[in-house]
Amino acid sequence: MSAVEALSPSRAPNADAGGFVDFLDVEKSYDGRAFAVTRLNLSVARGEFLTLLGPSGSGKTTTLNMLAGFERPTSGTITLEGQPVDRLPPYQRNIGMVFQNYALFPHMSVEDNVGFPLSVRQVSKADIAARVGRALDMVRLKQFGDRKPSQLSGGQQQRVALARALVFEPSLVLMDEPLGALDKKLREHMQLEIKQLHTMLGVTIVYVTHDQSEALTMSDRVAVFNNGGIAQLGSPDDLYNTPRNSFVASFIGENNTLEGTVDTISGKECRVRLDGGGELTALAVGVAKGDACHVAVRPERLRLGSAGDSGNALPASVDGRIYLGDHLRLLARLQNDQVLTVKVDTEATMANGQAVTVCCAPGDCRAFPADAGAAGSNSKQGKTK
Amino acid sequence: MSASLPSELDRPALARGRSAAGTDPKSVSAALRRAEFGDRLRSLALAAPLLLLLALSFGIPIVLLLSRAVYDPTIADALPRTSQALGDWNGQGLPADAAFTALAADLSENQARGSAYELAKALNARLPGARSQVLKTVRQLEGAGGKPPLEVMKSVPFWSAPGTWPAIRTGTHSLTSFYLLSALDLRWNADGGIERVPPEQAIFLQVFLRTFFVAGAVTLATLLLGFPLAYLISSVPKGLAAILIVAVLLPFWTSILVRTAAWTVLLQKFGLVNDLLLWLGIASERLDLMYSRIGLIIAMTHIQLPFTLLPIYSVMRTIAPSQMKAAYSLGAKPFTAFRRVYLPQVFPGVMAGCLLTFILCLGYYITPALIGGASDQLISNFIANYVNVELNWEMAAALSFILLVFTLALFGIFARILGLDRLKMV
Repeated sequence: MSAVEALSPSRAPNADAGGFVDFLDVEKSYDGRAFAVTRLNLSVARGEFLTLLGPSGSGKTTTLNMLAGFERPTSGTITLEGQPVDRLPPYQRNIGMVFQNYALFPHMSVEDNVGFPLSVRQVSKADIAARVGRALDMVRLKQFGDRKPSQLSGGQQQRVALARALVFEPSLVLMDEPLGALDKKLREHMQLEIKQLHTMLGVTIVYVTHDQSEALTMSDRVAVFNNGGIAQLGSPDDLYNTPRNSFVASFIGENNTLEGTVDTISGKECRVRLDGGGELTALAVGVAKGDACHVAVRPERLRLGSAGDSGNALPASVDGRIYLGDHLRLLARLQNDQVLTVKVDTEATMANGQAVTVCCAPGDCRAFPADAGAAGSNSKQGKTK
Repeated sequence: MSASLPSELDRPALARGRSAAGTDPKSVSAALRRAEFGDRLRSLALAAPLLLLLALSFGIPIVLLLSRAVYDPTIADALPRTSQALGDWNGQGLPADAAFTALAADLSENQARGSAYELAKALNARLPGARSQVLKTVRQLEGAGGKPPLEVMKSVPFWSAPGTWPAIRTGTHSLTSFYLLSALDLRWNADGGIERVPPEQAIFLQVFLRTFFVAGAVTLATLLLGFPLAYLISSVPKGLAAILIVAVLLPFWTSILVRTAAWTVLLQKFGLVNDLLLWLGIASERLDLMYSRIGLIIAMTHIQLPFTLLPIYSVMRTIAPSQMKAAYSLGAKPFTAFRRVYLPQVFPGVMAGCLLTFILCLGYYITPALIGGASDQLISNFIANYVNVELNWEMAAALSFILLVFTLALFGIFARILGLDRLKMV
């Protein structure tokens, strides 16, 4: 039996109907006045890698803590495999958890750390040794078993924490910014490693991060949190290409935001008059005629063209250039003094002050209501895939 | 010329670079040691004034004082002739008459110098009852008229009693183990062996045991009171923690004498504590809290609480809340998590706090003097008594020395069990 098989929980075949984890109208307030989490409805499918993404204070960690059992919802219910867990203390939930600072026990060896969840479950000594060995094998730390955590590097410590959270074969593993303390290169490496473990073991992972690239790289679905609610829930692809509000549009990836007013609406598209002059056509996402709106367009969807091109063509002047090795970012100042970032290839030779025309297809511009930065009005959403 | 100049200059630099980076690790480590030696010397120089002060005002006086426990020239200086006359005595029976004559001469001279009383006291310390005998003999020698000194000496039975001369002879040895043995209720017997002193003379072992018992009881009490409080302070929000810490430290900033005096007021038979106990119905009659062991332990516990609490608190503060969360999430019930995750991590702080309190309690003086009864005096009170009242510095030094040895031994055991680097003193 391989290490991987040994650690795989028994997977219910095709248990997609009904969530594995469900949040039903969950609310949390710490002080009785403000809500850290408001009317949260979220369903996690079995075997899914779901990421809670958001800026600090957006409620994602509170949500995770409620699921782990460290916080109790002020109202609403959380169910795990259909059973409400509100009254279950954390040590009875059988949920693995990985913490940002690893939370390894400094007075125990690596082996004892990984063996801890087994020994508190009264597993026999021989069994513990075998399972700890397999778990350490899985994270490639077999030879470090008798070291103390402080003798390991950050990445190794995080792998120990992973082994410890997986060794007792929980079907759900929570990760609270587990890679936050690592440097960029190691972080990217560990992202792949966690993703591989998820694929191998088939566990359900709920992952919290404020790093959007991490969320896009690893997740099946991402819930973007803002102001205590979900601003949008969807696959990384959905979030990047079809953001539903200006918060998601600006939080995921890089976006240019132009402020303006909706002039006319025709079908899916609308005509937007930009503040300070200029006009463009964009997809209307929840805007009505006369609304103040934000138009979001990605730098890679902008190109330099000429005034006669089809689609939107905005006259601008070059304000600066940022060299990034594989491409160039051009800062183009529009006539209304707003500055757009345009992704161009490195051969482009533009002098500062040179007049250019910035073009883009109307389908790549998305117009959102200007005041819809706040979210939290989501109804229950199933898996969109 | 101008082209070759830079390369000429570079050559030594290149050679140095090779040797540093290169093939001879021995010379590199030697260079490293030299560099570090300089650093160490500099940091030592920074501490030099303090070290000098400690040596002059602390180290040397302690050594001098403790040396009095084994070095006492009082009798040898006062009885030079007797010392000489006893030089060839074998210690059996009575010495030759010459020794009696020499002692008589020494006694008369001490009387003439005005140091007879001091000598009488010094002899008395080793030879109970010697004080009055010496003073009596001195007076008789003075008023003897024409009577030969030898006859006067022989007429006093004390000087021919068994045990007198051996005691005088050991007294004339400046280097002595007498005081150290006395501090442990031991003495040399007539056969040259070590034996326990008779029970009615034994005091110090009991006092040492009492001192250790009181220190242990106070340590336990401060731990039982301090541990939960430290846990509370480390887990409440910062603002409240600051207030609680001030509340703990407030008595800490008051002089120990003032706090002890306050307890003497509170613990009176008609004091507040007794009033409260009666009012609550816990006690049916007024308790003797003053001048009792229990009152002493209460007052000392109050004074020592911060010493135990602060090291524990400082360790607790460093334990991240995620440690316990992790333990819970891994399936540990609260008590298991506490026992296997929390307690082992605060253990060094607990040990440090307890050790600090225990060692400080061993040296308590004012509180037992003011609150304890006659049977609650600790070893420090006896030492102080020997220094201030009895003027027997040798005995005081011997008791101090034994206390120091016990304390160091205890510290050594702690350090051995725990490792000195794990003792987290704040």
